[in-house]
Amino acid sequence: MNFNINRRQALTIGAGAMVAATAGFADIALADKKAADEAIAKFAGGKAPVAGKVKLDLPEIAENGNTVPMMVAVDSPMTAQSHVTEVLVLADGNPAPAVVKFHFSPASGVAEAATRIRLAKTQNIIAVAKMNDGSVFMGTKQVKVTIGGCGG
Amino acid sequence: MATKPRIKLDKTQAKKGDLVEVKALVQHTMESGQRKGPDGKPIPRKILNKFVCTVNGKEVFSADFEPAISANPYIQFKFRAAESGPVVLTWTDDDGSKIVGEEKITVS
Repeated sequence: MNFNINRRQALTIGAGAMVAATAGFADIALADKKAADEAIAKFAGGKAPVAGKVKLDLPEIAENGNTVPMMVAVDSPMTAQSHVTEVLVLADGNPAPAVVKFHFSPASGVAEAATRIRLAKTQNIIAVAKMNDGSVFMGTKQVKVTIGGCGG
Repeated sequence: MATKPRIKLDKTQAKKGDLVEVKALVQHTMESGQRKGPDGKPIPRKILNKFVCTVNGKEVFSADFEPAISANPYIQFKFRAAESGPVVLTWTDDDGSKIVGEEKITVS
């Protein structure tokens, strides 16, 4: 009998804690999403980004958020007439959404670059590519993070 | 911190128009400015904020790093072989110091 009461109490406490934790996270995520959207708008310069052409390669689940391999590739012929000039990578759940900005030119041959990034928690990674003619494309990918990588 | 960067080109002899892949790793703590020290005060940000690669003096690729880049930053990219010359990779620190690495490419 005693065991049952204890278990119920434990569950109630647990559920309460979970609700509190989720509510807290939702607030932070919302603020960061706004910052990420603003960064995209600023980068795109008034143009609406079109989904497509941008390929983001990240693991589905990152056990260690301190170093997550990230590769971004943009489908483009990379000639003087048509090439990718810049690619901005954002993480909408990090304390600061900006991650990296790559600058390409026709001399790059291909719009492809890889690095390792820090992710604070499970979130969406957004890559926005700007072409030489001003058009803007974007791609997103969600990464589940087990241990965050932004320190205490 | 003045350690030599590790740079690898997938080929040092290339035909004109070939794609050459560059992989580079440099030692740096990339202190994000988010972490707190033992005294509870935030540790000031100190990262490499700019990376540039030039081939024979012409820029082929560059990147602006933010604090979300991992410690000991790794970078991988490609360029189209056009002319022989030095492949120079430069990282710029927040304090203005530079880490420079150099390889050579021969284009036939």
